[in-house]
Amino acid sequence: MTTASAERFALRLHKVSKAFGGVQALNKVDFEVRAGEVHCLAGENGCGKSTLIKVVTGVHRPESADLIELFGQRIDRITPVQARELGVSVIWQDLALFPHMSVAENIAFDDLVGLRPKSVRYGEMTTRAGKVLERLGVRMELGAPLHSLPIAQRQVVAIARALMNDAKLIFMDEPTASLTQSETDRLLDIVRKLSAQGVAIVFVSHRLAEVLEIAERVTVVRDGNLVGVYPTEGMTQARLGELMTGHHIENDVSARDLPDAPVAFQARGLSRHGEFHDVDLTIKAGEVVGLTGLIGAGRTELAHVMMGMRRADSGDMQLNGAPYRPKSVRAAIEQGMAYVSEDRLSLGLLQKQSIADNTVISVLRKLTSVTGLISESRKADLVRHWIKELGVKIGAPEDPISTLSGGNQQKVVLAKWLATDPKLLILDSPTVGVDVGARAGIFRIVRQLADEGLAILLISDEVTEVMHNSDRILHMADGRIQQEYDPRTISVPQLEERIYA
Amino acid sequence: MTALTKRLSQLKSGAGGENAGLLVMLAVLVLVFSIASPRFLTGANLGSMGFQMPLLGLLTLAMLAPILSGGLNLAIVYTANICGLTLAWTIMQFGGAEAGIGAFILGGVLAMIVGAIAGAVMGAVVAYVGAHPILVSLAMMIFLRGLGEFLTRGGDISGFPDYMRVLGHGELAGIPVPLILFGLIAFGWHVLLRRTPHGFSVYMTGSNMKATEYAGLNAKRTLVLIYTLSGLLCAIAGILMAARFNSVRVGHGEAMLLITVLACFLGGIDPFGGHGRVAPVILALIILQVLSSGLNLIGANQHLATAVWGLFLIAVMVLRSDQIRQMVNFFSRKDI
Repeated sequence: MTTASAERFALRLHKVSKAFGGVQALNKVDFEVRAGEVHCLAGENGCGKSTLIKVVTGVHRPESADLIELFGQRIDRITPVQARELGVSVIWQDLALFPHMSVAENIAFDDLVGLRPKSVRYGEMTTRAGKVLERLGVRMELGAPLHSLPIAQRQVVAIARALMNDAKLIFMDEPTASLTQSETDRLLDIVRKLSAQGVAIVFVSHRLAEVLEIAERVTVVRDGNLVGVYPTEGMTQARLGELMTGHHIENDVSARDLPDAPVAFQARGLSRHGEFHDVDLTIKAGEVVGLTGLIGAGRTELAHVMMGMRRADSGDMQLNGAPYRPKSVRAAIEQGMAYVSEDRLSLGLLQKQSIADNTVISVLRKLTSVTGLISESRKADLVRHWIKELGVKIGAPEDPISTLSGGNQQKVVLAKWLATDPKLLILDSPTVGVDVGARAGIFRIVRQLADEGLAILLISDEVTEVMHNSDRILHMADGRIQQEYDPRTISVPQLEERIYA
Repeated sequence: MTALTKRLSQLKSGAGGENAGLLVMLAVLVLVFSIASPRFLTGANLGSMGFQMPLLGLLTLAMLAPILSGGLNLAIVYTANICGLTLAWTIMQFGGAEAGIGAFILGGVLAMIVGAIAGAVMGAVVAYVGAHPILVSLAMMIFLRGLGEFLTRGGDISGFPDYMRVLGHGELAGIPVPLILFGLIAFGWHVLLRRTPHGFSVYMTGSNMKATEYAGLNAKRTLVLIYTLSGLLCAIAGILMAARFNSVRVGHGEAMLLITVLACFLGGIDPFGGHGRVAPVILALIILQVLSSGLNLIGANQHLATAVWGLFLIAVMVLRSDQIRQMVNFFSRKDI
C-alpha cells in the first residue's frame, strides 16, 4: 500500500485489452494518471475512450490486463462498488442526476440510499451539501429543484455529488459540450481548484483549445490503440487533431472577398425588446458571415427572428431584394431560410424517428404526387441522394437517427435543410458534440455550399471555428453588433480578448 | 427449440417482426381453440366474431391516432354515446321506427358533426393551451357523460327503423356489413397515417412537437385535425352501436375504453407516441376477439375472458422485453 507509486499515481493500467464481438475496442492500452493531475483523454468518437473509463469503473471486465492499480492498490477484478469506494467517480455527459429533486438531495443522494432504512436528516444533508459546494467555491440555492438550473450549474452539482463520495479520481465525459465559453471558463476554474486539492481529473473533450488549456498531459487513443502520452506544453491544436484523427486537418483562415456577389439577406435596425437592438446585418450570396459573442448576447434570438419563430419589434429584413417578414417557420422555409439549431438533440432532429424521416421532414410537399400521397420511391431517392452527397455514414435509412454519431447526425440536419433548397443557411453552434474529424468534414461541406452561392450565417462561441471558416466576423454583445473583423487581419488571441474583455 | 426461438425473436418490435409475432400468436390461439371446441371454426362463430369486432375496432382506431400523436383520447366511448344520441333524437323527431331513410342520413351527419366538434375542442385545447391530453380528454369524457345522463335522465332511447338493422346485422356477399365498414375505415386510416403528409406529421409531432415545428410542420394544426378525426370515428362507432343494439344509452360500451388502449399496445404502438402501425393493431384486435369468443365457446365465464386479456397483455410485454430478447438471442446462437 505504501509503495512510492501510491503517492504518485491515482491510476495505472498496463496493456489493457477489451473486445466486443469482433471489434477490438482496446488493444493493449496503457493509461496512467498521477494523483492530483488534470489529464486529458483524447480521441475521436468510438476510439475506445468510453470503454477505457468503463474498465476503470468496473463496468466492463477487460479480456486481459497486465496491471490495474488504483491509488497504489493492485486490483485483479474491479467491481463498480469497489471502484466507487476507492474514490473513482465518473460524470457522464447526461450527468445522471434527478431533475425533480433539490440541489442538496442530488448532492447527498448516495448517502440517502444507504442499505439500511433510516430517516433522512434534511438539516444535516443541507449542511453537508453546502460544505461541498463551498469547497468548489460555488454558491447555489440548495433547495432549488435541479431542473430549474442551467446545465452549467447542474454540472457543478454532479461534481459536488462525486466529492460527497470522497472521489479522488474523477472522469469527466465531455463536460463542456453544452456550455458556453464563459461557463466553460468557470468550470475549468473548478477543475483547477480540485486538482490543487489533490483530486485527479481525467478530462474527455472534443474541444482541443480547452484540453490544451486545462490538462498537464494528454493521452491520445485512436481505434482502440494507444497513440501516445504527451505533455500539453508545446502541443498545438493542429498537432493534437492530427494525432487523434491520424491525418492532417486544415485549419487556416479561409476568408475571401466577394465584391461582386449580390446581397442575399439584409436586416436594418432589427430590434426585439430585451433580446437585441438595432441590428444591421448584410450577407451576400456565397458569403460565410461569422457571428460570435458570449451567451445572452442575443445571437440565437436573432436567428429565431430571422427564422420566423418570433417576431421583431421593429426594423425590417430583405431576402434576395424582396421584403421579408416571416409569420411562421414554414413561411421562412418557403422563402428560402434554413436553420441548423444549436440544440440538435431536442430541436434539430427527432431522435426517435428514422434517418429517412428526419431527412425529408421539411420537404414533404416535394414528395407528394397528384393524389396527395407521399411517394415512397421519391422519398427513397431523395434520402439516397443526400446521404451520398454529404457522405453520411449510415446503416439503413430506416434506422433511428439516434444510432448515428454526433457528426453524422449533424450531416443529416444539413441534408434536411439543403433539401429545402435554401438561399440563406443559419448554422447555430453546428459542431456541439461533434468530434474533430467530423467537424472538418462539416466545414468542408459548408465551404463547398458557399462556393456554390449559398449565403451562410455561422453562429458560434468557439473563436477558432469562426476565424477559420468565415469571410467576415461580427462580434455581438449585449444585444448589439459591436464590431466587424476581417479574419485575415486579426488573430485568435486578439479576437478572444475583445470578446471576453 | 430453434424453431420456437426463431418465432420468439420475431416478436421483437418493428413493422415486419410485429406482424409476424402477432400472426404466430393468432395461429396458436386458433389452433388451440379449434381443438378445444369443434364449433370454433364454423361459419356461425366466425360470423358472430365478424359482427362483434368492428365496434371495438372503430373505437380502437379512434384511440390509436391520438396515441401516435403523443396523446390519448379517453372520451371515445362517451363521444360515441353522445353521437348515438344525436342520431336517435333526430330519428325520434321524424317518427321513430317509422322514420324514413332521410332522417337516418340527417341524423348520421349531425352525429358526425357532433363527434368532430367534440374532437376538435379537445385537439385545440391540447395544441394551443398545452394541457395534457389525459386531462383534457378526461374532462371531455366527464362532460359528455354528465351531459348525456342529464339529457336522457339515465334512460335509453330505442325503437329505430328496420333498415338500420342492415347496418348492424346485415351481410353483403356473406360478409357482415359492420366488418366491411370497419375494413374500409381501417384501410383509410392506414393510408392517412402512413402515406399522407398529415399522417407523417402525426408521427413526428408524437415524438417531439417542438422539433417538428422547428422543421416547418404545423404540429398544432396536426393535433387539432387528428383529434377531430378521432371524434369523427367515434361518431361512426356511435351510429354502428345504435344500429347493432337498436337502442342508445349513455354508458353503453364503457368497458371498451380500456380494451382499446390494450389493443393499441398489444399492436405495438409506442405508449409515448411516434411509433406504431394500423395493421398490427388490427391483428391484435382479432387476437382479442378470438380469445374472447374461444373462451366463450369452451364455456368459460365472460368475466374470465376479460381477465385472460389482461394476463395476455402482461405476457406479451414480458416477451417483448429486452431481457427475453437477449435470452432468445443467446439460445439461438449457433455454437450452442
